[in-house]
Amino acid sequence: MSHIDYAVRTPPTGWRKILAIHWPMVLAIVAIFGIGFVMLYSVADGALTPWALPQARRFLVGLAVMFAVALTPIELWRRLAWWSWGGTLLLLVVVAVAGDVGMGAQRWLQIGPLRLQPSELAKVTLVMALAAYYAWLPPEKVSQPRWLVIPLLAILLPAALIVQQPDLGTALLLVMVGLAVMWLAGVHWGYFLTGILAAAGAVAAVFLSRGTSWQLLKNYQYRRIDVFLDPDLDPLGAGYHITQSKIAFGSGGLSGRGLMQGTQVQLNFLPEKHTDFIFTTLAEELGFIGSISLLGLYMLVIAFAAWSAFSMRERFPALLTHGLTINFFLYFAINMAMVMGLAPVVGVPLPLVSYGGSAMLVLMFSFGLIQSAIVHRPR
Amino acid sequence: MARLFGNRARRRAKTRGKEARKTGNPVSRRAALLLAAQGGVAALLVARLHQLQIEEADRYRLLADENRINIRLLPPPRGLIFDANGIEVAGNVPNYRAVIVAEEARDLDAVLDRLARLVPISARERAGLKREIRRSGAFVPITVAENLDWDDVARISLNAPALPGVSAEVGLLRHYPFGSDLVHVVGYVGPVSDYDLKRIEDPDPLLRIPRFQIGKYGLEREMDPVLRGKAGFSRIEVNAAGRIMRELERKEGEPGKDVQLTIDLGLQNFAEARMAGESAAAVVIDTRNGDIRALASTPAFDPNLFVRGISATRYRALLEDPYRPLTNKAVSGAYPPGSTFKMIVALAALEAGEIDAAERIFCPGFYEVGNQRFHCWKRGGHGRLDLVGAIEQSCDVFFYEIARRTGIERIAAMARRFGFGAAFDLPLSAIADGLVPDKGWKEARYDRPWQVGDTVNAGIGQGYVLATPVQLALMAARLASGRALAPRLLMSVGGEVRQPADAPPLDLPADHLALVRKGMFRVVNGRRGTARRARTVREAYAFAGKTGTSQVRIITREERARGITHNDDLPWERRDHALFVAFGPWRNPTHAVAVVVEHGGSGSKAAAPIARDILLRALHGDTPPPDLYPAAMREEIRDRLEAMAPHLLDLPALRRAARKKSA
Repeated sequence: MSHIDYAVRTPPTGWRKILAIHWPMVLAIVAIFGIGFVMLYSVADGALTPWALPQARRFLVGLAVMFAVALTPIELWRRLAWWSWGGTLLLLVVVAVAGDVGMGAQRWLQIGPLRLQPSELAKVTLVMALAAYYAWLPPEKVSQPRWLVIPLLAILLPAALIVQQPDLGTALLLVMVGLAVMWLAGVHWGYFLTGILAAAGAVAAVFLSRGTSWQLLKNYQYRRIDVFLDPDLDPLGAGYHITQSKIAFGSGGLSGRGLMQGTQVQLNFLPEKHTDFIFTTLAEELGFIGSISLLGLYMLVIAFAAWSAFSMRERFPALLTHGLTINFFLYFAINMAMVMGLAPVVGVPLPLVSYGGSAMLVLMFSFGLIQSAIVHRPR
Repeated sequence: MARLFGNRARRRAKTRGKEARKTGNPVSRRAALLLAAQGGVAALLVARLHQLQIEEADRYRLLADENRINIRLLPPPRGLIFDANGIEVAGNVPNYRAVIVAEEARDLDAVLDRLARLVPISARERAGLKREIRRSGAFVPITVAENLDWDDVARISLNAPALPGVSAEVGLLRHYPFGSDLVHVVGYVGPVSDYDLKRIEDPDPLLRIPRFQIGKYGLEREMDPVLRGKAGFSRIEVNAAGRIMRELERKEGEPGKDVQLTIDLGLQNFAEARMAGESAAAVVIDTRNGDIRALASTPAFDPNLFVRGISATRYRALLEDPYRPLTNKAVSGAYPPGSTFKMIVALAALEAGEIDAAERIFCPGFYEVGNQRFHCWKRGGHGRLDLVGAIEQSCDVFFYEIARRTGIERIAAMARRFGFGAAFDLPLSAIADGLVPDKGWKEARYDRPWQVGDTVNAGIGQGYVLATPVQLALMAARLASGRALAPRLLMSVGGEVRQPADAPPLDLPADHLALVRKGMFRVVNGRRGTARRARTVREAYAFAGKTGTSQVRIITREERARGITHNDDLPWERRDHALFVAFGPWRNPTHAVAVVVEHGGSGSKAAAPIARDILLRALHGDTPPPDLYPAAMREEIRDRLEAMAPHLLDLPALRRAARKKSA
């Protein structure tokens, strides 16, 4: 064995891949799901049905998906990136034409027993596509305007379809994730600054024009924005839930009221207690300690993923890992901010905890991609 | 723009390239920045959690524990509905119910056992109750028994110590004091269903109150947004037991608006009673302003059953009844108008100049078009008749001929001028359009050209023509007034009077109208009139009318040969529909009426007497006395009035009560 051979670093192969999986991250994910399972059990008033058990089954499927994806070479995912983006776009079109209407919006696609929400999938495939794009593009071209066209189209096409559903919240998330990947790829910060200033200018124009002769929106549209920003203006609608939610947080205190003891939640003061507002249940029943623990576990997953990404030398896995990490972060941060009255109410679930299959499977798939990037890192 | 960031970016990209080679990762620096931002957001979330759960915990815990803040919607009282004379026909009555909070009851079964001794609770209700408690949670008050009377409430209150968690509550329940009389106009309310919520865009939070009721049928449904009112709310503090400690804020809702109908309850009640036992509809319209004075459809049903929740068996019985009590035949039933359509054909032919007052047409009893033979109802034929005589005797051949001369397009245009073929804008459920056929319609519908035979058939109101009773009554009102009256059902809403719509003249020559009216007068009062038996002997009430008998089936050649054309020989559902339209008094018309008796047989026998009685009731203002009728019929009339008497309302007393209430 020569000294040259000795210095070459290669990705692990065969059964060694299993050792290379980031097991602490897997453990953290399982722990987060465990908390979610207990909460679903609790909101059903101590019963495995209708939520906890189906959720557990889906999680097991999700784990299997995650391991399968993790052991597949990352190179394969790079080659599939644009195909999957195109496939998602196609699904979004199909949903627009023939999707199920749920909660007043057209978002779902029924394929056999699977109920798929393509807008969830779009976030992951967009990150894949952008990561593949910037891995291919020579770094010196990244900030040239003509090379911005493709990534912007890749973001805006699915976003436009999602806005149509209508699901403004998810569309905004998609745009944020896409822009984050562009930022990571090294697109000049001047573009972002210009964009932010332009957006701020537009918002300012909309508000400053209010009540003047050149008012940009109709009066009722302004009223909707008011309620969106300050739910207290609509005490019987949005404001009601936020008020009740805040009381639930306070009522939890340091150590919580114990499982199945949350009066606010068990009294049905809150809608969507098993989906978007489940963090409220947790906060009331497990208290500050429980909330902090969940937040800590989430941040642990973020840290594990980001830390691994720092040691990735190739652009595709690094961009993919960072992008998917940010996607995950936006999920829980926005959901938590929403139920605590820090952000407007948009329909974003709490990842791995809220009841719902489609979002969880997509999430586990994205963890699989992160693991694949980690596993196939030369060492 | 292309060079705006490009040059510098390229320079930076070069340095980053160096940096990348150095650190081995091209995205690390920006990723670290983003990670720091994420950490910042997480810190913000922690700070907020700390604020809500540690700093302000005491305050909120108190709110949640001892005194929970709760927003209660205050359901507004539903608007009342009055008849033209101010008699309340839909109101709200207090409804007592017992509710239970399972958690406070501790031993639910024992409490329910004890409660069952005071008010009846069936085993099935009990099972349903437990399901509801499981679903809603032990803290939520659940209704145990509804529609209790005051004695029940007293008994429950008296035994309160033995019934922990049980309390009596009072709410408002819709009540229809006249039961089935007005059900097809007023309709009924019922609990809000998921279907209702889906149907309504942006539903009022009010609709989500358990046990809130929404209009399901008739006026209650069509005018629901007006009658419902707006919810108020009160922000209250409740203690752990659910007792209200104090009210923090209260905003009263807006009660629903009251609605006054143009319907005359007395006349409506009389019409319903007169048609009892038949599957029939009657509409009375004021010929001076288009007000609908009565809109009856029999059989009817008791709307109060639906308010309190109808049993499945009873509902199925209503649904499967061949007389279709759930349908408002006055607006939803579309029938071939039969001979009542002849006035339209006559006016169209007169306007087209295809006939005049003098021309006589010979009726041999049949009419031939190509190889098709159309029969007159009188097998031997009428001989030679002019227009007035043809209306009087309802000669079919005469109208076959003038319809053929006039053509369907001109007949259809005249029919539309009289209100056929389009639904009126009335606040009622399932208003049918009826049908005025023309060439374009048939080609679009059947992809076959219009035939002369179709025109001939339409000439006697058969074939494709369909009309609803309200359209027929309106036709009679327009014939009587010569003006394009629009039907009006709402006299006032929320105290604001709804003015009748403008009624411009029909733009028909006076002599044409006079000719048709004369024919109609002779139908009832002429020597050979088809409805001569239905005339009145009181000169002031003399009226004009027209019979109609519309075939439900085709009489086959064999049947005609065998002679089975008598309705009495046929099963009910294959008999002809009987129709009659009328207006009166002859000298100065005030009311028009249309009656359709489904499968009643001939118009002169089944529909005309009913229409006569209803019209006389409208003209007389009270139950018509027997001396309005020809002497030979008075005995029969007396018997019928006696039989109807138990169903008739004591109107003077009701009016007195209404006046007292409004004063």
